[in-house]
Amino acid sequence: AENEQPWGTPCTQLLVFVATPGCDGFPSLDSKESYKLSVSEGSLLLSADAVWGALRGLETFSQLVGRDENGTYYINKTEIVDFPRFPHRGLLLDTSRHYLPLRAILETLDVMAYNKFNVFHWHIVDDPSFPYESLTFPELSKQGAFNAMTHVYTASDVQTVIEYARLRGIRVIAEFDTPGHTLSWGPGAPGLLTPCYLGKYPSGTYGPINPILNSTYQFVSSLFQEVSAVFPDFFLHLGGDEVDFTCWKSNPKIRAFMKEMGFGKDYKKLESFYIQRLLDIISSLGKGYIVWQEVFDNGVKVRPDTIIHVWKENSTPYMEEMANVTKAGYRALLSAPWYLNRISYGQDWMAAYQVEPLKFEGVPEQKDRVIGGEACMWGEYVDVTNLAPRLW
Amino acid sequence: GCCAMGRAVGLAGLLVGLFLVPAVLVSTSLRRGAPWADPEPELAEWELASGAVPEDSLWPLPQWLRTSPRQLQLAPGRFQLVHGAGSSAGPACGLLQDAFRRYYEYMFGQSRQWKRGRRPLGARAEPQLLQLQVVIESRDPGCYSYPHLASSEAYRLTVTEPVAILKADEVWGALRGLETFSQLVHEDDYGSFLVNESEIDDFPRFAHRGILLDTSRHYLPLKSILTNLDAMAFNKFNVLHWHIVDDQSFPYQSIYFPELSDKGAYSYNHIYTPTDVQLVIEYARLRGIRVIPEFDTPGHTQSWGKGQKDLLTPCYNGEQPTGSFGPVNPILNTTYDFMTKFFKEISSVFPDAYIHLGGDEVNFDCWKSNPEVKEFMKKQGFGIDYAKLESYYIQKILDIVSSYNKGYMVWQEVFDNKAQLKPDTVVQVWMDNNYANELSIVTGAGFTAILAAPWYLDYISYGQDWKKYYSVEPLNFPGSEKQKKLLIGGEACLWGEFVDATNLTPRLWPRASAVGERLWSSRNVTNLQDAYTRLTNHRCRML
Repeated sequence: AENEQPWGTPCTQLLVFVATPGCDGFPSLDSKESYKLSVSEGSLLLSADAVWGALRGLETFSQLVGRDENGTYYINKTEIVDFPRFPHRGLLLDTSRHYLPLRAILETLDVMAYNKFNVFHWHIVDDPSFPYESLTFPELSKQGAFNAMTHVYTASDVQTVIEYARLRGIRVIAEFDTPGHTLSWGPGAPGLLTPCYLGKYPSGTYGPINPILNSTYQFVSSLFQEVSAVFPDFFLHLGGDEVDFTCWKSNPKIRAFMKEMGFGKDYKKLESFYIQRLLDIISSLGKGYIVWQEVFDNGVKVRPDTIIHVWKENSTPYMEEMANVTKAGYRALLSAPWYLNRISYGQDWMAAYQVEPLKFEGVPEQKDRVIGGEACMWGEYVDVTNLAPRLW
Repeated sequence: GCCAMGRAVGLAGLLVGLFLVPAVLVSTSLRRGAPWADPEPELAEWELASGAVPEDSLWPLPQWLRTSPRQLQLAPGRFQLVHGAGSSAGPACGLLQDAFRRYYEYMFGQSRQWKRGRRPLGARAEPQLLQLQVVIESRDPGCYSYPHLASSEAYRLTVTEPVAILKADEVWGALRGLETFSQLVHEDDYGSFLVNESEIDDFPRFAHRGILLDTSRHYLPLKSILTNLDAMAFNKFNVLHWHIVDDQSFPYQSIYFPELSDKGAYSYNHIYTPTDVQLVIEYARLRGIRVIPEFDTPGHTQSWGKGQKDLLTPCYNGEQPTGSFGPVNPILNTTYDFMTKFFKEISSVFPDAYIHLGGDEVNFDCWKSNPEVKEFMKKQGFGIDYAKLESYYIQKILDIVSSYNKGYMVWQEVFDNKAQLKPDTVVQVWMDNNYANELSIVTGAGFTAILAAPWYLDYISYGQDWKKYYSVEPLNFPGSEKQKKLLIGGEACLWGEFVDATNLTPRLWPRASAVGERLWSSRNVTNLQDAYTRLTNHRCRML
């Protein structure tokens, strides 16, 4: 016939079949993201164990649909069986160095879904600013945000992000990094940070969280009680990186405490003292935790189900660190070669692509402990004007 | 955790903030002065250009500047930009009328007080500034002409009550002065518009201050180009070097040779029509920006071959053509017939006195492989020196373009390979390796030069690389005073291999601003700390 289409039967439906219910739940580390896609004459079938797999399959399906020169949509006969190699595939955004308006975060979640990322690591506060509006401690953002009216995330904003992410099968893991990286906490929580000393007198500047005061632990406990309730994911990221000991060393009360505790001159022991109490608090709140590698490197006693986040490229070559962490029995996340904020000229995507996360000496059980990795977009030089083209 | 630099910035930033806040509070109270006693500012209170600027956001820094703590207020509903008495330009000067409206919007755009309010005049203690009068002093203001290399961009701005005066030789200076005035106007915490009494005497250090955009590696929609022209005006750039075609694509829709873009553009949606081109030229003109097109030959011309048969040299493998092509074929008469007609069009489409003819990175392999070319080399007595063939070609193009009364700019290879250049040729130095030496040689040979080598902004790197661009001193090359005068300026280049509309603006700005100040401001404006303060304010304003 003259008008014979070269196409097969027009497809009218993609049938989506999900084995296990769970539409209303939150994705977790154990979520099943596998799916099967079967496209043939007259039948389009997407089947998955869980809704999360269906989301992944829908993304793939949308990528298979093509358009010819005449504008006709078509799809080739296809069979796909798919599942992720690593269960934790994350992206870190830093909303403290520069505030990112809600729409920038939501847009990022959309693009994460296009790329099958499933963890949004929200490095929400740090030294420069505290944009998180806390119910328990409203002064934190009032005093610590760049602008308490405009550069904050309200409780509603946070819920919006969590739900928007959930609908895309993305977990939101909040990071409240302590005891370092906390300068912005100081103005809203007097007495929290360690006063630094110049000789006998306070210099007027502050350092990390003060680990020797009971009030510190009361504060931390209350704050994390709120954070645990606000963020539904089982895991919280507790930070623990780059603690500068200078201020602690300068403070006479801290020096006295060190003596009392028999820590000698080893401030790593003081750091561990703090972290351990923090971890106990978090555990008692029923949450698991992820920490930056220093916590492991400094010998802090952590629960066996702690996840260690490897970020330093060279202090130990990161593959060696991955081996060490997994050998010690902990699960590991890799970020070291994926600091996307460190821009360079040309097709630097290739260097990121060529990283092989399991390229280290170790037995299979160790390799199994590598649960994935995260691309990090630290915010020193990033705001809404350049986030998207820098990240994608 | 993030890298140490980040932490240092955060920590240092906060520490600086802690110290800076009290300092600012103290100085602010001094600046506001006592509303009940308004003495004439003592001479001692006046600060010179290299000292503190009241609002720390002038960019580029003017040549000479005096500011006073005394402030004047502006009411958006009443303040006007007008032509002053004695100006050779008036309401018929479209360029200035357009600028008045544009700068009014820049200054008061966020405000909703455009209508006269009910609050009585002088409700604040400060005196009112009612007008900025613009006076063009030259008999021919230049309203209807195009800016050129010798245009005067100097201006003098006197801000005092009740009327501020902006004097300039030509409209181009007025545009520069309006930009500066708009940078002086600031809002206080309560939303009142204020400006400090000041006197500014300003002119550019270098006459050629350009940005290169590459629309061949990636097409740039018109909007991108126009936004960029706005940003250039904020930074007093005055040349758009439009590298419009290259190997990858030919988006320029030619009137005489429509096949060039028909076959050579990425798609029909990726072209610049004659209307588009005129739009860019006029939009630029209204901002005092020259548009210098670059039609780079004989290399960088792959896309030309798609729509112009026999223009490019067929490459050979032994006796057989390989099917691929090299640079423009220099041995055929048809080549020069084409170029004659093509550059006739370009000369008439682009009003600037200069055309950039390229001439860089000519790969000789294809010429060497072609038997007819080899034959020609023999006949001409060039031996195996293909640089001579390149020069032979270039010279003919230069002659063609000269015949249309255009001057030309060329990349440094054209000079390096000893082509015979007209004395008013501008040589663009782009190779980063020992560019100071090249500047010496070029100017030593008596040619005008512009510097691009240290300002390839497409070479992105992590951190505050603007400092590197800012720290370049163009005249740091061995040479006499006379030679130094031949360096007429420079260009920040944003090659398009990794750039399109999705990332052009954040990649180019504010990094290019560093180059803008280096080319406009005085040689001794080099303090990075001061520049940082002004640049961060300037950047936020540009947004």
